[in-house]
Formats: sequence, structure tokens, C-alpha cells
Amino acid sequence: MSAIGDQFLYVRGVPADRLPPPAARAGVLGWLRTNLFSSPANITLTLLCVLFIVWAVPPLLRFFLIDAVWSGADGDACLASPAQPQPGACWAFVRVWSSYFVYGFYPIGQRWRVDLFFLTLAFGIVWLLRLSAPRRDISACYFFIVLPILSFVLLHGAPLIGLSVVPTALWGGILVTVVVATIGMVFSLPLGILLALGRCSEMPVVRLFAVIFIEFVRGVPLITVLFMASVMLPLFVPEHLAPDKLIRALIGVALFASAYMAEVVRGGLIAVPRGQYEAARALGLGYWRMTGLVILPQALRVTLPNIVNTFIGLFKDTTLVFVVGIFDFLHAIEAARADPKWAAPTTTVTGYVFAGLFYFVCCYGMSRYARNVEARLTRSGRR
Amino acid sequence: MIEKIQDLLPQDLPRRPRRFGGIALQIALILVIAGLAYGAIVNVAQNLARAHIASGFGFWNNTAGFDISQTLISYSASTSSFGRAFWVGLLNTLLVAAIAIVLATVLGFVVGIARLSRNWLVARLAGGYVELIRNVPLLLQLFFWYNAVLKSLPQLHGSVTLPGGGILNNRGLFLPRAEFAPHFSAVLIALFVAIAAAIVLRDWSRRRRERTGRLIRIFWPVLGLLCGLPLAALALAGFPLSFSVPHMGRFNVSGGVEILPEFAALVLVLTIYTAAFIAEVVRAGVLAVHAGQTEAAQALGLRSAATLRLVVVPQAMRVIIPPLTSQYLNLIKNSSLAVAIGYPDLVQVFAGSVLNITGQAVEVIAITMAVYLSISLFMSLLMNLYARTTAIVER
Repeated sequence: MSAIGDQFLYVRGVPADRLPPPAARAGVLGWLRTNLFSSPANITLTLLCVLFIVWAVPPLLRFFLIDAVWSGADGDACLASPAQPQPGACWAFVRVWSSYFVYGFYPIGQRWRVDLFFLTLAFGIVWLLRLSAPRRDISACYFFIVLPILSFVLLHGAPLIGLSVVPTALWGGILVTVVVATIGMVFSLPLGILLALGRCSEMPVVRLFAVIFIEFVRGVPLITVLFMASVMLPLFVPEHLAPDKLIRALIGVALFASAYMAEVVRGGLIAVPRGQYEAARALGLGYWRMTGLVILPQALRVTLPNIVNTFIGLFKDTTLVFVVGIFDFLHAIEAARADPKWAAPTTTVTGYVFAGLFYFVCCYGMSRYARNVEARLTRSGRR
Repeated sequence: MIEKIQDLLPQDLPRRPRRFGGIALQIALILVIAGLAYGAIVNVAQNLARAHIASGFGFWNNTAGFDISQTLISYSASTSSFGRAFWVGLLNTLLVAAIAIVLATVLGFVVGIARLSRNWLVARLAGGYVELIRNVPLLLQLFFWYNAVLKSLPQLHGSVTLPGGGILNNRGLFLPRAEFAPHFSAVLIALFVAIAAAIVLRDWSRRRRERTGRLIRIFWPVLGLLCGLPLAALALAGFPLSFSVPHMGRFNVSGGVEILPEFAALVLVLTIYTAAFIAEVVRAGVLAVHAGQTEAAQALGLRSAATLRLVVVPQAMRVIIPPLTSQYLNLIKNSSLAVAIGYPDLVQVFAGSVLNITGQAVEVIAITMAVYLSISLFMSLLMNLYARTTAIVER
């Protein structure tokens, strides 16, 4: 026993301090080594990427920022001249046309109404989507009932309270894009919920109609639905009731979006555990109270990220109303770039890039929101 | 003393009312929809009569009288019927969709795998591509490529001549066209023989490996077979193949095969756009394979290529295929955006030109929708069959 004891002259009583990791694995160098230069193949890939960035980024920066033309009265400012042999993006074009891009032909004296509409809408969206906002039940009422009426009165006008009527033919640009997207959202969510409930219903006739509608709409392109709304809808109603062109497109978009929304909501309904249905039944709740008080709140919460993603799709799809002659943002860009006064080689690209930025900022913002909600739901264990 | 459980219950327990609500609701729904449909039909009949528009499908055989810029089957404005125009449009839609589906799948898989790369820069670039493309409307991208890129290519006089005899200008891309002499069928037969031989060879090598445990590499023999046999047939048949090279005329390019800028823009945009979505599908599919599967495969001694081929990909494909199919369907539906730049697809030819000439909106839109609907239903049928064959058999 003592022989063994003699072998160990010293045994450390406390653990040694941790040594720092080897220099090659820590810090900036270590990060570079593991993430960019871990193997010959990786080094090649990294070099190719760097070459691509060096090739692509400086010309883009030069075109869109350094050589760009920021001010000017017409297209001549954006043409090549001795002072600017290679003119870049024609931001002057966007500046001059910006109010047209936002309001279309909406009368200049009445544009405060559009601004007010944007404000009330932004307020409603923030209230509805901020998970920590107070009284989100009232916000739903506001968004789905008050806001549509208020915006109709504001935008279309009501002679009774002194707002002159602005026909929809004068609406245009971002205003129309936002109106189409909002109407699509406001109508597609309730309709989609009804359709989803119908598809999950025990009543065969209800289920059949819901399935036919959903599968039919999801099986055809939005363009054909819009064509149908714009050329067939006037035939379906008596001649004097034929709706306005914008309303027809709105009906098409709302019906289209509701079929997609229905599938998203159905996903949420399926995700609610069976026990919840059984517990609600056991408490003696009827179908509507079970659905309204127990199932839907959970289903909608689970599927909120998907609802937002559907809305992103809807927002992008609003551009298709262009095809049936509605004057949305993209149409405004097309009209502006065709203006002979601004006939410079760079205006087309600039207009499209500006529109692209607008859509990107909107859609990317929404998708970040959806991802945040999803992360929150995952953390709270509700999946 | 309590004899039966009934004694515990109050005697006048209200009976649960029988539910007639459900049946009444269904009958009401049928009545409402039937009423709406009836009203719509009456209105359509009245409105059409007032506008003196014919109804029915009699127009199908009438002479179309309009030109189509790209026709895969013979078509002439003066003699062909509206029905012929329909087939021309449908084939154009299918052509664009088929080419874009192949290209988008390749690009999508590359980008999706790049997003999972351990190389930070590659993953970031792929991620940036996906975010950028997914968040900008397809129609805007289409306009960008068509109006800003392809339309700003040099005009006829400044045409770019490509290596191999192609010509590129803002009227399109002109490529040499292969022209086959009758003997060319010999080459095709040789190709089929080569493919059959390759399959036989593969089966033989597999059986031999199972029996003896020895691996025989057949990659090079198969490659030689697939290339050599058709080439030999080509030489024996006296090269029954010539190329019609496009050449510049004074006012246009003649000869060769012409690729319309509309077609190019549509294929390009559908490829780029759908690839971004396919990349996400692929990424999700690969991530869905549990890391333990890879570790188990490595523990069994499989190399990384074999792990990928035998363990990861088969499992990932089961997750990838269903959403991939729905992306293909989206692509086919999105190809209808052709109407915005004037590529003669089904919607542009049929729901555009034919509708405008005949005015028969109901029939024309119904046919157009029916086509897309049948494509969708057919694809979902295939999908369900696939899902059934690859479903995991639960114990």
C-alpha cells in the first residue's frame, strides 16, 4: 500500500486553470480557419466567392451610388455627357415621380386622406401584430370591421360629411397596392377560417363545397382568377350592378387568398391536440363556442407565422393586378418609365430597382416578424 | 337502498335535443348555392344575348385569324382554327415549364446545399440569393429581365456573334439548328442499345459483388459504351447530321433556331425564382435527417460520399419530394405571367387573343382553368402514389 503511495509524490488538490484554446482555433484566425479555410476545397470555394464579390460589388456600388444622378428636371440629366461619361442610376427620375408612385392620380388637394389611411392602417397593423400590445381582441375588431369602413369613407369619400368622391380610376401606385393587399388580408382571413372549418366539418355537404372551392382555386393561376373576375363577373350579375374594375380585381384577389388562407388555418386546426376538442366537449360547449373559445385561439396562434407568410405571398401577388389593367405600384413604374421626357437608358433599371427595394423591405420585414413569432412559439413549447 | 344507477339521476332529466341543425344547414347551403348558380346563369344568358355574343363551343373550329410568334406545331393565321391555337399555346406553356423545371431543380439543389455549406461565405451568398429572390415579386423580376436586361442587348446591327455560330441581339438568341438525315435513326438505335447494355452491366456487377464481395468499377466502361456506340453509329452512317447556322441578313437573322427574348426572359425568371424556393425545400429536407443517422453510418464505416448516397439522400428525398412537386406546380402556374411580356403561352393565346376575338369569356376562361386544374390534379395524383410507395412502414 505504501509502495503505491510512494509512486505519487504529489497529487494536485484543486483543478488546474483552464488553458486557452490553441491560437489556431480561437479568435479571428480560428474562425477564419474553421469557416473559410478548413480544406483545399473550401479554400477554392472561398477564393471563388471573393472573386465573385470583387467582380460584382464595386460596379454595382458605382452604378447605384457613386455615379448615380440624384437630381434633375428631366431625362437629359441622366444621359451621358462630357461631365459624366458613364452616368449611373437615375434617382432623379424616382424623385420627380415619387408622389405619382405613391398616390397615382389621386387629386393633390385630397392626398391628406391617403396619408391618414396609411396612418390608420399602420396603427392597426402594429396593434394587431405586436404580441405584447394591450386588448388585442379590440384590435381585431378595429382591423377587420372598423378599418375597412373607415378606409372606404376616407379613400372613396362620403359627400355627407364633406369628403368629395374620388373615383377608383384615379387611385394608383402604392395606394392601390396597399389597398389590394389589405382587402385581400381583411377578407381572406375570416373567409379562410370559415373554409377551413368547413373542410374539417362533419357535415358532408359543407365539406364537399369547401374542398371543391379550395382545391379549385389552388389549382389555377391567380391570373386566370383575375381574368375570370374581370371578364366573367360582370356577366354573372344584372347589367346595372356590374362592379367597378378595381372592385372586381379585389374580389378575385380576396377569393384567391382565402383558399390559401384556408389551408394554412386548417394546418393550425390539425395542430391543436385532440384532447382540447374532447375537453371542450366534456365541458358542455357547443360547436361554435368550442371553436371560438378553445380551438381557434390556439390554432391561429400556432399558425400565425404561416399566416404572415401567406400574406407575404399575397403582397407579392398584388403586382398581378397589372395584367387586368389596375394601376398598382408596378403599373405606375411601367407608366413612368415609358414617359418620353425621361427616355434615358438608365431610368428603366432605376425604376425597377426602386420598386424591388420597396417590395423587398416590406416582405423581408414581414418574414422577420414571422420568424420572431415562430422562435417565440418554439421557446414557449407551443408547437 | 339504491338498486339501479337510474335511481341516482333526477327523473325529469332533459333529453339531449336531436340535432337537426346540421342537416338544415346543409340543405340551406345547397339551396343558397343552387340559387346563386341559377341567378348567375340567367344573368349570363341575358347579358350575352344583349351583347349578341354566341355561346357554346362552336367557336373551337372557326378560323383563328391571328398570328402566334412561337409555334411548336404547324399553325397559320389564315387556315388554323381556334382549337389549333389552343394547342399551340398549351405546348408553349409546357415547353417553358419543362425547361424551367429542369433548370430550377439543378440550381435549387446547388443553392440549397450551398446554404448548408460549412464555408461561411458560400452559405451567406446562397442565403442572400434566397432572401433577395423570395422577397421580390415575380412579375417585377420578369419585367426587370425582359425590359431592363434583354431589351437593352445590342440591336440587329451590333449583334454579338457567339462561339459556335450563335447570334445574340435584342430580337432574340439565334442558335445553329441540327438537321437530321433519314439515317440518323441508326444513331438513336445505337444509343438505346448502349443504355440497355449499361443496365445489364450494372446488374451483373451488382450480382457479382453480392456473391463474391468484390467491387468492380463499371463507371468508365459504361461511359465508353454510352458515348462510343452512338459515335460509332454516327460514323458508320456517314454523319447524317448537319447544322443550319444562322446568318445575318439586312433586316433580320435567317436560318438556325430562334429563341424569343420573351421565352428566354420567362425561362430565366421562372428558373431563378423557383430555384430560391426549391433551395429552401432542399435545405429543410437535409436538415430533417437526424444527425444520428450520419453518425451511425460513419460508425458502420461508410465513407462520407457513401453516407450521403446511401443514408442521407434517400431519407431527405422523402421529405423533399412532396414540397418539391408543389413548387413545380407553382412554376407551371407562374408561367402564366407570360401574358405580361407577350410570350404566347396558353393564357396569352387563349385567354387573351381568342377571348378578345370571340368574346366568349365563360367558355374560354373555363377551358383555361380546366387545363391548369387537370395539370394540378394529375401532379397531386402522382404525388400521392409516390407518398404511398415511399411511406415508412411503421411497426
